[in-house]
Amino acid sequence: MSETETKDAPATEGSTERRLNMIEAINDALDVSMGRDADVVVMGEDVGYFGGVFRCTAGLQEKYGKTRVFDTPINECGIIAVAVGMGAYGLRPVPEIQFADYIYPGLDQLISEAARLRYRSAAEYIAPMTVRSPFGGGIFGGQTHSQSPEAIFTHVSGLKTVIPATPYDAKGLLISCIEDNDPVIFFEPKRIYNGPFSGYYDKPVQPWKKFDASVVPEGYYKIPLGKARQVTEGEQLTILAYGTMVHVVEAVCKEKGVEADILDLRTLVPLDIEAIEASVERTGRCLIVHEATRTSGFGAELSALVTERCFYHLEAPVERVTGFDTPYPHSLEWAYFPGPIRIGEAIDKILKD
Amino acid sequence: MADRPEGNAAKGDNRPKLSLHVPEPKFRPGDTVDFSHIDVPEAGSMARPDEACDPGEMRDMAFGLVRVLGDDDKAHGPWDPKLDADTLRTMLGHMAMTRAFDERMFRGQRQGKTSFYMKCTGEEATSISASMALAGDDMVFPSYRQQGILIQRGYPMIEMINQIYSNKGDKLKGRQLPIMYSSREHSFFTISGNLATQTPQAVGWAMASAMKGDSRIAATWVGEGSTAEGDFHSACTFATVYNAPVILNVINNQWAISSFSGFAGAERTTFAARALGYGLAGLRVDGNDALACYAAEQWAANRARANAGPTLIEFFTYRAEGHSTSDDPSGYRSAQERDEWPLGDPVMRLKNHLIAIGEWDEERQEKMDLEAAEHVKKVTKEAEANGILGHGLHHPFRTMFEDVFEELPWHLKEQADQAVRERETKFPEGLPAKGVQG
Repeated sequence: MSETETKDAPATEGSTERRLNMIEAINDALDVSMGRDADVVVMGEDVGYFGGVFRCTAGLQEKYGKTRVFDTPINECGIIAVAVGMGAYGLRPVPEIQFADYIYPGLDQLISEAARLRYRSAAEYIAPMTVRSPFGGGIFGGQTHSQSPEAIFTHVSGLKTVIPATPYDAKGLLISCIEDNDPVIFFEPKRIYNGPFSGYYDKPVQPWKKFDASVVPEGYYKIPLGKARQVTEGEQLTILAYGTMVHVVEAVCKEKGVEADILDLRTLVPLDIEAIEASVERTGRCLIVHEATRTSGFGAELSALVTERCFYHLEAPVERVTGFDTPYPHSLEWAYFPGPIRIGEAIDKILKD
Repeated sequence: MADRPEGNAAKGDNRPKLSLHVPEPKFRPGDTVDFSHIDVPEAGSMARPDEACDPGEMRDMAFGLVRVLGDDDKAHGPWDPKLDADTLRTMLGHMAMTRAFDERMFRGQRQGKTSFYMKCTGEEATSISASMALAGDDMVFPSYRQQGILIQRGYPMIEMINQIYSNKGDKLKGRQLPIMYSSREHSFFTISGNLATQTPQAVGWAMASAMKGDSRIAATWVGEGSTAEGDFHSACTFATVYNAPVILNVINNQWAISSFSGFAGAERTTFAARALGYGLAGLRVDGNDALACYAAEQWAANRARANAGPTLIEFFTYRAEGHSTSDDPSGYRSAQERDEWPLGDPVMRLKNHLIAIGEWDEERQEKMDLEAAEHVKKVTKEAEANGILGHGLHHPFRTMFEDVFEELPWHLKEQADQAVRERETKFPEGLPAKGVQG
């Protein structure tokens, strides 16, 4: 854990050691936020009575009532738009887009409206909304239930983009997002809802409860936006990752016996540039890993930043490991996925000289 | 020729040839205009349904035309809002002021004082009269031609002009295209340049008001052309699903820049009829009849306030001027249209009504128009002291980076420093006060 995080995490006394998977942690964050602030409302397709297709909102309607947790029409433009209107009223909406792949009909409302309200009205109106959406592949979702569109949002001025990689982080980050006065895209890596993923799809999944990052304190705590998490410390190279890929690179390094400085970025905008610079200046080598397609992916931005700011510390070219520039193929998803082989080759290449 | 799977080619041979219909307006530049195809029912002939009635019981309202002011300039029928003479004179005053404002700002753009302007000539009643029927704290989500609402709500005119000039007095810090006002204090939502986005947002605001047990309702304005946007469908769907206390005002002014209303579907049905498929209450109203506009908005407001449901109102009107300062309507429509428009001019009709009931005369009208013009001129001068577009008197440079987020993140701090450095390089002696566009 980084210093910042430890500081912001609650004192261990008084909080029971409770292990949750990421779904339960997200549900807990929503519960805590709704309990603290009557202006927090949750809406989306199937989130009400049913509790969400991934169960992230289970039990919330029963607890907080139908006017604070409700189903919506299948209309992502409308979901985001009414959240803009509710934000203008003074509420703090937390809309769910059932899959990140479905967010595109809401893009104009996100990009031209939510992201620009504060600027265009000189802060008379703001959009304090958190758009939650499961993203990423590895669940045989085919091309419409597997995408990682984060770079579309990091490209938009006025939006924050947050991606947790553990249950503990998911709760603390989501509470921060909900309390943030700017619109936030909160992408939940659905491949690791139930357990971290090593990248070896043919090995059994380990449930979150076996990992310390599933210890989620009860009650309120926040993890600040814009602060990366130090996953492992190492001198050989820096690896920048987020979401599912954090666990894959960790597993690959362990397997290869590589001592990597792995940073879980947690927030893409605003980015923890200090942590990145400090790490790359120390290791002199940098690998960037994401599941999204390569061209104009967020890895391109990271690569450019590292090159611009740490060039004279670099001992090897910055490498990117990403998904391929194809739609996410259903039957060949493990050929698409940036798994251990692709990551291993890149590590070898970086460490070669 | 588009590819066709070979196996199906033979089957298609005997079928009739299809043809694509591309709508075409009735009149183009130079054409003689005849609007006799437009059905204009007698003033007072439409029934006034109960405000809480089921939308299914008032289907004919979506195809008729609510009219109060008759050819005799008197008010007729159940939709007469029976406003007292002072209120009518106030309404007329707002309309005169809006028209004077439009004239001056349009001229200001032509004189190079700003980049852009949009008049609402001929449509004043659809914003002013409608707005008067709302409570001052009801939230409005306007499109770009509802300056009448701000004037009716008493928003300081100097703020409007500062915004239009993007000068140092512009409280939106010179970021928005002219006329994209915002005033939280006047319950006036920040105007977007993207069309129809405000429509479902208004529904969301209304939902929030209902969720909180508030008593305020929301009203939004959208052009008939923009009803083609998906956002409009989102708005209608959410409004009806949650029975939101909202009024969806559709301003059918016949033209969307150069595209006539047929490109939004007007050849086949009315815009008020859009309400029917959603189960919304739908009203079709003479948008040049100030009393009908007031009465319809009041009906819908009462309905929303009583939790009886949302209403879609089509205001049937005519955009008497160009879309904006950036287009010349003589290039795409007949100049005769404005004169031949069968519903006349809203200001003239209200004025004539006041004269007909013995509460007004031409002298007073002349005086009112003159005073409005003088007032606008005076405020324009005051605003010009804050600068006009491109003459240096804008907001401090660093403000460009404010309000992207609540707090300035590191990358914007770096970019702000860069921008300041560039300015210092360009103007090493300091910024010139006037005359240079930095």
